[in-house]
Amino acid sequence: MTKKISVQALQSETPLVFELSRAGRTGYDLPKYPPELQPTAALGNLARKKAPRLPEMSENQVVRHYTNLSVRNHHIDKDFYPLGSCTMKYNPKVNEQMASLPGFSALHPLQPAVTCQGALEVVYLLSRALAEISGLPAVTLQPCAGAQGELTALLMFRAYHIKHHGKPRRRVIIPDSAHGTNPASIVIAGYEVQELPSGSDGLVDLNALKNVLDDDVAALMITNPNTVGLFESRIAEITKMVHGVGGLVYMDGANLNALLGIARPGDMGFDACHINLHKTFSTPHGGGGPGSGPVAATSALEPFLPTPVVRENDGTYSWDWNRPDSIGHVHAFFGNFAMQVRALTYILSMGRDGLRQTSEAAILNANYLRVKLEGAYEVPYNTPCMHEVVLSGDRQKARGARTADIAKRLLDYGFHPPTVYFPLIVHEALMIEPTESETKETLDEFIDVMLKIDGEITANPQLLHDAPHTTPVRRLDEAAAARSLDIRYFKDR
Amino acid sequence: MRYVPLTPDDREAMLRDIGVSSLDDLLTQIPDSLKLKRPLDFPDALSESEVVGMMTSMARKNLNAGDLVSFLGAGCYDHFIPAAIDALASRSEYITAYTPYQPEVSQGTLQVIYEFQSMLCELFGMDAANASVYDGGTALAEAVLLACGNSRKTRVLWPQSVHPHYRKVVQTIAKPSGLQFDFLHMQEGRVVPEKLKAALSVEVAAVVLQYPNFFGVIENIEPLIQIIHEAGALAIVVADPLAMGVLEAPGRFGADIVIGEGQALGNAQSYGGPYLGLFTVKDKLVRRMPGRIVGVTKDVDGRRAYVLTLQTREQHIRRDKATSNICTNEGLCAARATFFMSLIGPKGLRGIGEACMGAAQYMSQRLQKTKGVTLPFSGPYFKELVVSIQGDIPRFLEFMAKRGILAGIPLSRFDLGMDNALLVAVTERRTKAQMDGYVDAVRDFLEGKAK
Repeated sequence: MTKKISVQALQSETPLVFELSRAGRTGYDLPKYPPELQPTAALGNLARKKAPRLPEMSENQVVRHYTNLSVRNHHIDKDFYPLGSCTMKYNPKVNEQMASLPGFSALHPLQPAVTCQGALEVVYLLSRALAEISGLPAVTLQPCAGAQGELTALLMFRAYHIKHHGKPRRRVIIPDSAHGTNPASIVIAGYEVQELPSGSDGLVDLNALKNVLDDDVAALMITNPNTVGLFESRIAEITKMVHGVGGLVYMDGANLNALLGIARPGDMGFDACHINLHKTFSTPHGGGGPGSGPVAATSALEPFLPTPVVRENDGTYSWDWNRPDSIGHVHAFFGNFAMQVRALTYILSMGRDGLRQTSEAAILNANYLRVKLEGAYEVPYNTPCMHEVVLSGDRQKARGARTADIAKRLLDYGFHPPTVYFPLIVHEALMIEPTESETKETLDEFIDVMLKIDGEITANPQLLHDAPHTTPVRRLDEAAAARSLDIRYFKDR
Repeated sequence: MRYVPLTPDDREAMLRDIGVSSLDDLLTQIPDSLKLKRPLDFPDALSESEVVGMMTSMARKNLNAGDLVSFLGAGCYDHFIPAAIDALASRSEYITAYTPYQPEVSQGTLQVIYEFQSMLCELFGMDAANASVYDGGTALAEAVLLACGNSRKTRVLWPQSVHPHYRKVVQTIAKPSGLQFDFLHMQEGRVVPEKLKAALSVEVAAVVLQYPNFFGVIENIEPLIQIIHEAGALAIVVADPLAMGVLEAPGRFGADIVIGEGQALGNAQSYGGPYLGLFTVKDKLVRRMPGRIVGVTKDVDGRRAYVLTLQTREQHIRRDKATSNICTNEGLCAARATFFMSLIGPKGLRGIGEACMGAAQYMSQRLQKTKGVTLPFSGPYFKELVVSIQGDIPRFLEFMAKRGILAGIPLSRFDLGMDNALLVAVTERRTKAQMDGYVDAVRDFLEGKAK
């Protein structure tokens, strides 16, 4: 391959690890084992006939390859990442250091409780902290992601209804602005999805809700603040109405970063919520996980929590495995423990006032963006928002550039675009969540760029249609990827 | 607060620009009755050095694999993790990126996942892999739901030699789907082909086998898969990825879905998670596969590039019609596995497998000759074996711990009717001296020697 320079180098094709492989290289050595440790059993038909074609590379080659790949990513340590509902806040470095302490990282999940009291203490302290923050006392840390938290809670609701009403009930209601995981989780939990149209103010329409409530409703699932960034101001009435027909109310906690120390799901009448440690509590997103989605619930739902549950008795911690009403297990062990260590580190770092300041700054930043952008972009629900603001690109579309074009053009300026085309109830949606991590200077730069891009639509719309221009690759043919599926390197088996 | 950069001046200027006089003016949508009128009930902020002190003291209360010699397994193993894995996996570019929804600025993550999928297909002899699911247990749950959804049948067969925790996860998640699970008869830790044949019927959607199985026994799955297919069911195999250098790939025996736990591929034990659910299928099932999938395409300039594909299967597009509710994968754990597989290569994979098998063979031979110890199942073992001890198991474990040995996992905790036995694991890290020390300690315990 010929050497290229600077920008061209960034935009040149990267080799695949398999293309760098040369027979006879290795990046790993084993100890020399004594003869007694050489296996002699004959495996017959079970012996591997053709070795898997893993790459053959030296360690330094492997390091260089994956270092060169890494710089092709946008990431929060590099620049602004205002993805709505994803809470791309700073991930403190100390969290990583604490999670990699051998006392946490080299622990086996089934070692005796007396040998891992510190790990159980982490689980206990984090559970208590989440209970206080949510106002819901019964906590499980087992779910590995928000979607798994939703499913866990719905399974608990199901078990609750069977125990108390003799049947699981049939339907779960969600607003039309719900995250896609909500309906998918509802179906796996064995329920029918009933979608509720949002009111003109972007909130739940109480009359519409009233019309669908009956004793076949197992639950209502809503996000609060909702996906247009607004607090459901009639939430106390809503939860009361659902309870009135014997249903339960679930809060999708994806947007909890707006509420820390300000208001609590438990006080609003919610029966359960999940909490994304990888959003609100600063554990990293890792390019798509691992996440962590603990569930907090009322004490009435405590018997149904997944097994095991941590117990504290006189400063000694243990796992309680004997839980006859529990839904069972949603993970082979105790969930993503190393993420729990990071979240506890963060909560201890922030303390009670720091957490409230976090939400306040997140709300202030979102409202600042709202008022600075409302001239150029349509804000469909233009009232004080919580931690995120949703714009519509309708005006820009009329002038010749779609939201997708604006998003791609932002990449040229070094910013990650907001969440686009969600929620579904807003046309050409741009959902912006700045988080508390950003400086006013960064917000001002982002505002300038958004206004500049709006100007570019008039001056040179082609610039947006062809964007991005400066990224490692440019616009992709996504349809071709699905049409002629190429999802593994070696085509033969 | 060191993570929130707004200054008092910033706040004031921003409130002024917004046109309100205080932050409370932005919270008017929250009814006063719902506002928390007191501070949260926990301590105030700590400095970084104080936090490090607190967390470190909790970590010190744990005895870890560096303090004790670990013979624990059952889905989590003490395999060696080369330094290059941590070095690469601690790069901000991988850690602090989101899901690669904007492919132009996510090519690093996307290419790593494509390489990961390709390597997994090689290990398991399969056509397609996804970007991972949460862990081995949830991977099995997704596999069972896929098999039953695909065939519209509701019966699943499995032997006790499939990880009991994985079975519990499947039963929890699949419960509302009304699936029926029945045990396959085992003899000496193995599924018996004739009994399998007898248990199968047209209602069976899938049969689950583990390879090597939960008891460490390497079962001959080839004839079993044949029998499963003859009855029109799908064969789901739970495989150990690190055994694939020495053992034939389940895909080559015709397995339809191969899943597994990827912790052993360069991921720390971390008290149970985060781990890595490996998920692979044959071509005919690709479009029903859950989770994220990366495919190759080109950009407008004709450059090879990577992108999330077949997204119409997924919840954010298909909502209630999605193949699964799964959203997150275990991206960083999958990246670690990719770095690990690149480092070890085919030779390292084979070497690790042989070292595991050699160690298990050595342990079994030495223990077999020890009076008061029996091995209920015969080998060949891969890296685990079941050991029965004539004596009180809790007392035995305590005795061994005093010798600095985590001696095994009591099978009594798994509801298998094997209450006097332990599951003992070895890896390529266990030395002859450590294994000899184990056997000596067992003898001392059984001979009633104190300490």
